[in-house]
Order: sequence, then structure tokens, then C-alpha cells
Amino acid sequence: MNLPSLMFSLILPALVLAVALAFVRLARGPSLPDRVIALDVLASFAIAILAAYSVATGQVAFLDVGLVLGLVSFLGTIAFARYIERSTR
Amino acid sequence: MHSLILSTAARYLLPLLLVFSIFLLVRGHNEPGGGFVGGLTAAAAFALFAIAYSVDQTRHLIGVHPRTLLGTGLLVALAAGCLSLLCGLPFMTGLWSNLALPSVGKLGTPLLFDVGVYLVVVGTVLMIVFELAEE
Repeated sequence: MNLPSLMFSLILPALVLAVALAFVRLARGPSLPDRVIALDVLASFAIAILAAYSVATGQVAFLDVGLVLGLVSFLGTIAFARYIERSTR
Repeated sequence: MHSLILSTAARYLLPLLLVFSIFLLVRGHNEPGGGFVGGLTAAAAFALFAIAYSVDQTRHLIGVHPRTLLGTGLLVALAAGCLSLLCGLPFMTGLWSNLALPSVGKLGTPLLFDVGVYLVVVGTVLMIVFELAEE
């Protein structure tokens, strides 16, 4: 089994399943911090999907998208954390 | 809010994000990237600094008001469009010099226009972020 077919048959389906599970936590999440963590995890999965798709198809451009997403996505989490901290005070 | 981890990380991430935004800006003509996403990345870097430290310190770091950045960017973009008028060509015709830099490619007015877009995006987003953070 070569690398691209491994990506398409195993890695990407597993990541899609993980995204679905994270969405369940996002929808159900009893508290606001749970939902924020779910969003952060979703961003990480998006980066993982981009990297896996880039390996599978050989499109290097997706790696740059993943790089920007990785640098910027935690900014949203920090903003949420600040908002939560401010609202509970 | 003051977190030692966040402020230390912000100090290292700010130059990293700025370098990456310049990288996105200069290669935007041939590959994914460009002035808009480069400007957004730079604005995100300053927004991170504003969250980790304070808005006043970020303003001091940038040195100029975001409004100035916005106006300069519009002027640069307009100048990039008008340069072709001086050569007797229609407005916004791309002019290319033969000077080529490694990994950037040929220099020309489209890159200058992208620099204008970059400055406009940085100025606009920073104005929004500062207003929201200060209220």
C-alpha cells in the first residue's frame, strides 16, 4: 500500500471521524470552556486534514494554509479564554 | 489578565508572524498568498501582542496610528496604478522591471499594489481590534 492510498483509505477517514466527534462535543458541551476546547481541537484536526491531503495529492500549497491556520487558530482560543475570564469575574 | 506564558510566547511569535506575513506578501503574485492574507497575518500578530500585553503598549510598538497605515496603503496602491499613466498606458497596467530577486521573482507595480493592500488591511484590522479591545 503506497502513501497516498493509505491517506485516502485510512488516515483521512479517521480524521473525519475525529472531526465528527469533536462536533458532538461542540454541540453538547455542558459548559462554555468545553465548547472552546472543542473549537480548538477542530482547528487542529483541520491542520491535520490539510497536511494529510497535501501528502496524498502532492499539493504543497495546502501546507502553507496549515501553517497560517496553526499560527492564527490559537489566537481565537486565547480571545475566548480572555472573554470567559472576564465574564466570570 | 496577565499570563507569563502568554506574554513570553507573544514576544517570540510576533516577529515570527511578521516575517511570515512578509513572506506571504512577496510571493503572492506567483503562489498562494498576497497582500490581503499577509496583512491579516500581520494584524493577527499585533492583536496577539495586544491581548498578551496591552493596547497602549501595542500602539507604542507600532509607532504610528493605524489610520496612517491605512492612508499610506491607499496612496501606495494609487501610485502603483498611476505609474502606468505616466508611461502612456491605461490605468493599472502592470509594469515589470527586469530586476529579479531570488525567490521573489520580477519586481513590478503589481507587487507595489500588493504592498498597498497589505498596509490597508493591517490598518483597518488594527483599528477594529484596538477599538474592540479598549471598550
